[in-house]
Order: sequence, then C-alpha cells, then structure tokens
Amino acid sequence: MLRLVISRLASLAVTLLFVSLAIFLILEVLPGDPAAIMLGTSAREDTLAALRQELGLDRPALVRYVDWIGGLLQGDLGTSITYKMPVSTLVAERMSVTLPLSFLAILISTALALPLGVAAAARRDGPVDRAVLIFSQMGVAVPNFWIGLLFILFFSTRLGWFPAGGFPGWDAGIGPALQALLLPALALALPQAAVLTRVTRSATLEVIGADFVRTARAKGVNRRATLRRHVVPNALIPVTTILGLQLSFFFGGAILVENVFNLPGLGRLAYQALNQRDLVVIKDVVLIFSGFVIVVNFLVDIGYTILDPRLRSRA
Amino acid sequence: MSKRFLAAALLLSASAVPALAAKTSLVVGMPIEPPGLDPTVAAPVAIREVTLANLYEGLVRIDRNGKVQPLLAKSWEISPDGLTYTFRLQEGVKFHDGTAFDSADVKFAFDRARDPKSTNAQKQIFAPIDSIETPDPKTVVIKLKETSGNFLTYLGWGDAVIVAPETAAGNAANPVGTGPFKFKSWTRGDRVELVRNTDYWQKDKVKLESVTFRFISDSQAQVAAVRAGDVDAFPNLAAPELFTEFQKDSRFKAVAGNTEGETVAGMNNAKKPFDDVRVRRALMHAIDRRALVEGAYSGFGTPIGSFFSPNHPAYVDTTGVMPYDPAKAKALLAEAGHGNGLSITIKTPQMAYASRSAELIAAMLAEVGVDLKIVPTEFPAKWIEEVFRNKDYDITIVSHTEPLDIDIFARDSYYFNYKNDRFKALIAEAARTTDEKARFAKYAEAQKILAEDVPALFLFQLPKLGVWNAKLRGLWENSPIPINDVTDVSWTE
Repeated sequence: MLRLVISRLASLAVTLLFVSLAIFLILEVLPGDPAAIMLGTSAREDTLAALRQELGLDRPALVRYVDWIGGLLQGDLGTSITYKMPVSTLVAERMSVTLPLSFLAILISTALALPLGVAAAARRDGPVDRAVLIFSQMGVAVPNFWIGLLFILFFSTRLGWFPAGGFPGWDAGIGPALQALLLPALALALPQAAVLTRVTRSATLEVIGADFVRTARAKGVNRRATLRRHVVPNALIPVTTILGLQLSFFFGGAILVENVFNLPGLGRLAYQALNQRDLVVIKDVVLIFSGFVIVVNFLVDIGYTILDPRLRSRA
Repeated sequence: MSKRFLAAALLLSASAVPALAAKTSLVVGMPIEPPGLDPTVAAPVAIREVTLANLYEGLVRIDRNGKVQPLLAKSWEISPDGLTYTFRLQEGVKFHDGTAFDSADVKFAFDRARDPKSTNAQKQIFAPIDSIETPDPKTVVIKLKETSGNFLTYLGWGDAVIVAPETAAGNAANPVGTGPFKFKSWTRGDRVELVRNTDYWQKDKVKLESVTFRFISDSQAQVAAVRAGDVDAFPNLAAPELFTEFQKDSRFKAVAGNTEGETVAGMNNAKKPFDDVRVRRALMHAIDRRALVEGAYSGFGTPIGSFFSPNHPAYVDTTGVMPYDPAKAKALLAEAGHGNGLSITIKTPQMAYASRSAELIAAMLAEVGVDLKIVPTEFPAKWIEEVFRNKDYDITIVSHTEPLDIDIFARDSYYFNYKNDRFKALIAEAARTTDEKARFAKYAEAQKILAEDVPALFLFQLPKLGVWNAKLRGLWENSPIPINDVTDVSWTE
C-alpha cells in the first residue's frame, strides 16, 4: 500500500511539472500583450515599454519560467498584473466560493443520484425506474447554465426567495452565504446527478445479475439485505470512477455557472484573467485546476484499493 | 430577497428609525470589473467609472453636459498667449488619509504622469507642459510649450486626477483621493464598497452614506439583479433587447443616452482595394445606417457620418454626405474595376454590437456584389495584436469610446493606415487653437473631410442604456466621459 502511494506521488509530481511547462508554452504563443491591453489604444510606444519593464515581460522566456517555478516551490504565486495583489490572496478568496460551491454540488448530486439509481435498478422497468430514466434523460440534455437562468427567473425574479446572483461573502454569515450558493449548486449538480444516476442504475443492474447475488438470495438472504450488503458495495466501484471524473467537471462547470450567478469564484477569475491576459493569474489558476484533477485521480486510485480488497493484495 | 428586506426595513422603521426616511445607500451595477482602482496608470474605462469624481478629483471636472467646471481649482486665468495657466486651488481640502491637499500635490501628480517611467495611458495630455511652478500652497502655474485648446478639458479626465505623494503608489489596490467617497473594501470579482467622506470639502452636496459598485458580466444576470432589487442602478446595460422591457415598467427609469463611443468599421487604407477612395465610398453607400442601428442595437444609437460625438457642441451631421444608395455603390465599384464583385474579410470582436453589426453589414454588402467574410477576433487581446498593432486586416469593427478622439485619424501608424496631410494639419491647428469658436470651426471642417474620404465606415454612436429605480435622482443620462459620478445622487421620499 505504502509503495503504491509513493510511486503514485512521484508520477504526480512529474505530471505537474510537464503540465506547468505546457501551460507556460501555450501562454507564450497565445496572442495578446498584457501591457497593450492595460494601456488601451492611445498609449505611446515608450509608455508601453515602461509598463512591460515594470511587469518584467521584457525578460527572456526561460528566465520567466524558472522564476515562476522557483516562486511556486517557495509558495509564492506571484503578483497579479491587473489586480496588483498577490495571486495567493486572490486564489484563496476565490476558493472560498468555488470549493464550497463544488462540494455542495457534489453532495446534492450524490445524495440524489445514489438512492435514485439503486431504487430504479431494484425494480427494473417499474414506475420509479421509468421516472428516473425520464429525469436523467432531461438532466443530461439540459446544460447547467441554462438551468441556472431558469432558476434565477423563477426563484429570484418571480418569487424573490434567493438573491439573483452575487455572493455576500462568508463575513455576512453562513445563512446568507449558503442562500447565495444553493441555486448555483443545484444548477451545477442536476446535470451531473443525471449522469451519475444512470451510471449507478446500470452498475447496480449489472451486479444484481451476477451469480453471487443469486447465490445469496438462494441462501435465504432477503431482497433488501442482499441489495445493501452485496449489491451496493460492488456497484460503488464504477460509480466512484465516474464521480472522480465528475469532480473535475464540477470545477470546470463552475466557470459557466459562476458567470450566470455572478459568483466571484475561481472559474470567473480564470475567465477574467484570460480576457485581460493577466498571464500571472492564468498560469497559476490553470495549474491549480490541473493539479486538482491530477490529485483527484490520485485519490480515486487510492480509493479503489480501499473499496476493492483484490487491488490491495495485488499491489 | 428584496421583499424580505422591505419587510425588515418597515419593522425597523416602526420602532427605531423615523418613519420613511430616504434611503442613503446605493448599489450601482457595472458589466466589467476594473483592473485596479488607479485611473492614472491604466486605460480601462471601468476604472474611471468607479473612481472618477467619487474617489478622485481633478483640478476641473466635466459636468453631465460635457462642460468644464471648477473642482479642486476654484478658478484659473489663462495668459493672452495661451501658454500660462494659473490655477487658484480650493482651501480646506483633505485627502482621505487626512493629509492636506495643496499645490505640491498637483505638481507631484502631473510630474508623476509625465515621467518617462510613468504608465499613464493618455500621456499626450501632459505633453504640452513645459514647467509646473508652485509659488504658494494655493497656486499652481503651468507653462506650456505650445498652446493646447483642449488642455482644460483633458484635466477633467481620469488620467489627470490629483493624487498624493504619500499614497500614489498604492492607489491601484487602496485608493486615496479627495473625493466625496472613501474606499472601504474591494471583494475582487464581486464589488467595490465606498463610504461617505465625512471630511469632504463640499460635504453638504452629498446625500448618500454608502455606494457599492457590483460587477455583473452576464446580461441576463444584470437584468435579473435590477429586477430583484439587488442593484439600484445599471447605468450602462449591455443588452438593448432587454432594455425595452424596463421602458414599460413604471418601477424603473429607463434612459437611452449617448456615450462617446463612435462605432466604426475601420478599413486598412494602405491595402488594396481600400487605398482607392471609390471603393471606400462604395462600401459606405451600401450601408443603411438606420437599418443597422435597428438590427444591431434595437433602434437605440444615433447614426453618424463622420467621427465625432453628437454630444459635442462642435458636432455636424454628416450622415447625408455618403447616404445609403446601393445603385451608386455598384456604379462606384464598377468604376474602380470591381464590377464582377469583391471578396474581403472583417475581423470582428465578440461584443454583441460588433458581431451583430458585422452580420448586417455582410448582408448589405452582398446586395452590391461584395462578399464579406466574418472572422471572429477576440477583443481586446487578439484584436490589439492583429488589427491594432500588426495591421493585418481588411476591415474591422469597434467602438472608439474615448472622448474627442478624432485625432486618431491624424496619427501616424494608427491602425487605419490613413494618410491625409490636409486633415493632419487641420487637427494640429485645432489642438493649438484656444479660441473656442475657431477651434470648433476647424473640428467641423475635419469632420467633413472624413465624411467624404471615408477612411472608415462611420456607423453609429453607441448609446448609453441606463436603468435605475424610479425613486433615484441625479444619475447621468449621457456619458460625455467615462464616469459614474454619484456626488449628486439621492433617493426621493
């Protein structure tokens, strides 16, 4: 087990290094000069040169890359070109929106998907199964930002139950903050819940058809206990894989949903930074996104070995 | 949310607060968040829309009609030769950090702006300055190398606000000015909060206790925020098709005013076939500006025939110089040797007004045998690089939002690649002319030259579609410069 963790950690570090190099090179060839964007169309050539120097953009690419990685290793993410403040502070502020948003969405999504999927599979082709299939079909077809717009129109504009967007900050208290996050989390969760429901349903069905389940039933274990003790634990393995993949979707999907609900999250920071060519922020945020996906995959790998004892002995 | 707030407010007012006291907080919505809060080191309009007149003040201010008014300078004299400006400063003015404002601050602010290392986006404002003297704390004498007809106007822009030597370096994140409001906090990505400056030198003028600027980029979210009452005013709504709904709703005031943004389809005048004035005129004759405004901006926006804002007193209507006339367009194209058609591309930024206009222009040009291919070009990053700097384009379309910027057609190596010595000389003369009437006459002539020479397809003035709570008073209907001056804003009741 320990050896597995160490070897996975090593490959994680190498992957991150390659990712950082890729990010840097892509931004190098991306058109757009941050100085020209900051200074607009009336700026004079000498003014542009002065700003480029101030921002350190006049230094060779290799120096800037080594500087960036060196800073990262010391925990320094650099200073934002547009906001003129440490990227670490910016990212921390934004994380306080995006992380709770994503986790709330995951919570809603799994809380909906697991019971629905198992219930649908338990009585195949029954009324519950039919309803679940229709719900999940719709959920897969409708994009999250559109659900978000409908939510705003109905719950905020019409009923006035929720703010129409924005985030009061955690200082405003946990109630108002959660109130601001609930609709976006729902909008983010529903399409993913639909996918997860389908996966749970088919994984459960597959296990239900397995020989050991028939054996258990033949030995007199009742239907409910078979489902709980034998079917669900086995069905969880493919479900975990999909959930792992979805975690990155929640992060990425947050970009659209954060825009619709006007939430100051990491996704909006990335979008804004790209628009302004705030290279320092883009590099860091993309690396954080990638790092997140890589770490989640790592955790899913480790998760398998916990869920599936067979993998543990092999490693 | 708003209903609950109202209920809470009513409960409160029944017990503690005097009944129906007018509200003293204001939430203003803006589509774009400013990158930093220092208008003297970067160009973005959003910086000025938060800070100008609210946090920072200049020697003069531009009022809602575009006129120059005294501000930190209570009066001034201009020497007969137009080269010496003597400003008498207001007394009792303090910066937000408590330090006193005097002539040394003015000298510092302008010297900082014209320093070779400065990143001021409008350095040409300060280019004519020869020297700045401070004979006493309340007097500033600025000597110019050459006369500058618009010098006072420029001093009202965000690029020329007065900042203090102790705090200037930190202004982008922690702004310190002399304005009616002080900086309180900035939740990046969401809002900037300002509170009333209790030491303000004209404090009787100010009615509001707090002002919050909220940044909402999605146009649907903007409308939802106004409807839900989360935002009291949205001075510049991005989506014209959603604006009309507010016009029918008596809870809101919906005002279509003018900006300084001339929307033009600039042509690469150095490139074939645009080096031929007949081709440029033909393309202009092919465009029905009224139909374009209807389709691209729901009918809001004034058609223009040249490059000058209808807000400005020197404006002349030149839309009749090259009117919509497809037959004439075809004849001119044939005369220029393109009778069998012409194939060109337009590099189009993603802004709704630009992409919609480009589609309509393509349809109109197709009528006269010109095939216009639309190439989406990300703004600002890619557009600035490809079109503005490298001049790698046929036609493009963008709104030029800076006030009084007709001189861009006189600049060498501007992206239009336009060269007209007569026009250039005229603009230079106008800039030097201090007599207003004579200067305006020169601007009028310059507008006519552009209308006939068509270095760009002149389309329409971008409107300012403002929506706010019907109980609000004092918001600006037009924006003669990029600004959201809330000094005079108040609630009725």
